[in-house]
Amino acid sequence: MTDITAQVDVLPGLDPRAPLLHVEDLNVEFRTRDGVARAVNGVNLWLNPGETLAVLGESGCGKSVTAQAIMGILDTPPAHVTGGRVLYRGVDLLQLPESERRKVRANRIAMIFQDALSALNPVYTVGFQLGELFRVHRGTSRREAKRRAAELLDQVRIPDARRRVDDYPHEFSGGMRQRVMIAMALALDPEVLIADEPTTALDVTVQAQIMNLLAELQRERNMGLMLITHDMGVVADVADRIAVMYAGKVVEEAPVYDIYAHPAHAYTKALLESIPRLDLKGRPLNVIRGLPPALTDIPSGCAFHPRCAYAREICRLEPPPAYQIAPQRVTSCHFVREVLGV
Amino acid sequence: MFRYIVRRLLQMVLTFFGATFVVYALMFANIDDPFQALVGDRPLTDTQRAALNAQYHLDDGFLTQYWHYVTGLLTGDFGRSLTGRSIGEMLAQAWPVTIRLALLAIVIASVIAVGAGVLAGLRRGGAFDTVTLVLTLIVLAMPIVVLAPLAQLVFGIQLGWFPPTATRDANLYQLLLPALVLGTLVVATELRVTRASVAENLRADYVRTARAKGLAPKRVVGVHVLRNSLIPVITLIGVDIGVLMSGAVVTEGVFNIPGVGFNLLRGIRTEDGPLVVGFVSVLVIVFLVINLIVDLLYAALDPRIRYE
Amino acid sequence: MSDPNAVAVAEAPSTAPRSLAGDAWLDLRTRKIFWIAAVLVVVVLLMAVWPSLFTSADPRDCLLARKNAGAGGGALFGYDFQGCDVYAKTVYGARDSILVGVTATLIAGVIGLVVGLVAGYFGRWVDALLSRFVDIVLAVPFILAAIVLARRLSSNPESNGIVAVIVTLGVLGWTTAARVMRSAVISAKNQDYVAAARMLGASPARLMLRHILPNAISPFIVVLTVLLGINIAGEATLSYLGVGLKGDAISWGLAIADAGPYARTAAAPLVWPSVFLAATVLAFIMLGDAIRDAFDPKLR
Repeated sequence: MTDITAQVDVLPGLDPRAPLLHVEDLNVEFRTRDGVARAVNGVNLWLNPGETLAVLGESGCGKSVTAQAIMGILDTPPAHVTGGRVLYRGVDLLQLPESERRKVRANRIAMIFQDALSALNPVYTVGFQLGELFRVHRGTSRREAKRRAAELLDQVRIPDARRRVDDYPHEFSGGMRQRVMIAMALALDPEVLIADEPTTALDVTVQAQIMNLLAELQRERNMGLMLITHDMGVVADVADRIAVMYAGKVVEEAPVYDIYAHPAHAYTKALLESIPRLDLKGRPLNVIRGLPPALTDIPSGCAFHPRCAYAREICRLEPPPAYQIAPQRVTSCHFVREVLGV
Repeated sequence: MFRYIVRRLLQMVLTFFGATFVVYALMFANIDDPFQALVGDRPLTDTQRAALNAQYHLDDGFLTQYWHYVTGLLTGDFGRSLTGRSIGEMLAQAWPVTIRLALLAIVIASVIAVGAGVLAGLRRGGAFDTVTLVLTLIVLAMPIVVLAPLAQLVFGIQLGWFPPTATRDANLYQLLLPALVLGTLVVATELRVTRASVAENLRADYVRTARAKGLAPKRVVGVHVLRNSLIPVITLIGVDIGVLMSGAVVTEGVFNIPGVGFNLLRGIRTEDGPLVVGFVSVLVIVFLVINLIVDLLYAALDPRIRYE
Repeated sequence: MSDPNAVAVAEAPSTAPRSLAGDAWLDLRTRKIFWIAAVLVVVVLLMAVWPSLFTSADPRDCLLARKNAGAGGGALFGYDFQGCDVYAKTVYGARDSILVGVTATLIAGVIGLVVGLVAGYFGRWVDALLSRFVDIVLAVPFILAAIVLARRLSSNPESNGIVAVIVTLGVLGWTTAARVMRSAVISAKNQDYVAAARMLGASPARLMLRHILPNAISPFIVVLTVLLGINIAGEATLSYLGVGLKGDAISWGLAIADAGPYARTAAAPLVWPSVFLAATVLAFIMLGDAIRDAFDPKLR
């Protein structure tokens, strides 16, 4: 499958030595009748080949919007990318004309969605939907496209793939459908895979199978995987690094072991403390009080301050700067020392 | 798919008996003098009475009457009108022009509805959408009894763009104005359903997937959105056939087209009961058959339905 | 979070407690189309109740000498082929149209409400039976069934046919209302709060009236509003076909039917009843549209 990359038109300014994916100060807002919702407010992220970055946060924190802004599939209106850069191998995708950007999707950066049943078109066979990628991006014939579709289904371990290419999405089980989604994302051998809550809609046992499959395929192909989730359990198993998001910002970023051992942001710490633990059975759970803020009305200063146990006057007044506290560790908390307990 | 067809056929058999029973009951149930009811205000001679009895068995019990009526329908014997003509023959003469008229109306309506509906749905809230919505609203509010005479007056008589009447072997041009009028009856609902369906499907998750696959907007809409959006429109066409049949009665009357509706209208005006019952029964059967075909088409378009 | 567009809506701060009806009214007040429709409806209702407010002429005062005379001499739209004042006839035509429309819609509404509620609430064989029945009624195209029934009901030569038309439209027009009510009830019934109320021991009657009906009523009202317009058009169609109002009744449908053959020489007697009829139907359809949009929070 390596020859495929050569067939793709070369993007102007593409630098193979530049970082794989680098999101700089990304801003996205939704302009609705009820006001402007600032969904993403200056997100910084980076991703290397073969690496898994988990983007963690409650629903509404802007993690899915960030992913869709990277893909360029937000609905405009109401969504508007108001600032920042999305650099793929040194090329700012936000500056590309739409026709060029389309070639990046699925070819270079692909995406898996949460609910595979609604993410697949109900009236076409999975073979058609998979083969469509080869037909549109590679100009292959219908027959050849179908053959490759069957090959892909086989690669994601769908039994009897050759026969099942002619089945419709609703004829697959939830886990199998998510495998189809994965096959679709991997069809054109992308370098970056964004998985938006790929296992949330699945049973726990199936979740593990899907995550293992993803990890395995990632290793085989040395892809950068951006895993969007709210499930700390999933993160601990597969991620190399974690970016914690709150109210449209990355508040803390760190290698996975560091973050579990020494969270450096009050929000991360509160999140970890809110996980039920067997050794603390019988004690009341530390839940985070209050609700995530409305994106139309994000609190001043540090957006987390109304819910924060460490909050003081400064948190309300000034947004915390990004502190580099160790190599690969960044946190935006005024009281990082107190949180770390040093 | 096979099970779906079988089930749908069984349903149709049930609906056939139900619907014909409804028509028959509406006409004859619980009535003092069914013979008089058939002929309206006209005087009724004994020979006519005997002829009607031979046709409708009105002296028998109600269910027996219904049985004779249904077997007549199923064997193609629709009886005779009060003027003594065979209803089957009248139908055979009247059908061709009505079918051409209805087909023309459906084609005109569908092309406009799907074309404009997709455009309006893609740009919801835009200028084209707003104008289309207002237009459909006005069209929806135009009963056929307003539309047909006014269209004839304005375009047929005053402007003279179209012939104001049509004959049995009318050509396309002669049928165009009546077909436009008839098509107007269904175009607004079809357009609105297309628009709503396109707008809804555009927000569907699979459209996001299609864009994430790097497909061009043309393909996203033309391949992914369109097929899903047409499913509710197709089902609507089944209902529309009924509207067209009702509309054809008025339209053919106004434009003097000697089709099924024209004959039916004449039957009503001359109080020819057998003719009315015969024609309505046949129209109902045609309606049922077309709806069956539409449902099968629907199953072909939407794979989910086949496995229900 | 799967739908980025939902972000803003889902996170909207909750302010004072609001009701769906209250919200709908707030929304309705800002819609131009609602006010146009409301004004039209009020004018037509006034015309129906109090026609002498609009004209001092008597619609039955016809003189053949004035046959097809043009406007003037107090007759705003001129005279028809029988020499009747077209404007006066058109104004007085509103009464029977509205009377038929409202009563037929009420009958259809009651039948639709009961059938839909019972089918939706009890489900199983009750639902199967009633739904098949609805299918059968729907299998007969509306006007065709109406022709047969209205012809049958109006066989009494003395009456002017108004009762026959009302019964015909009412008895045949309830199917959509029943279907909408049924599906609204089914979706309301499956809500968790209804299950909760049932577990707390609420009786079927209480469940239906207090918990299900309020949530199913708005689509039902929308259907009835539109049905009102359809019934007014239906009366005109039946009258036009000769199975509706007749005798000395004054109706837009009758006027259109009568004026048709003379349209070449005198267009006004055809045009004005048509315009009034279309405007009235339009008003009710617009009203239904506006109410539906206001009640549909998804569109907001």
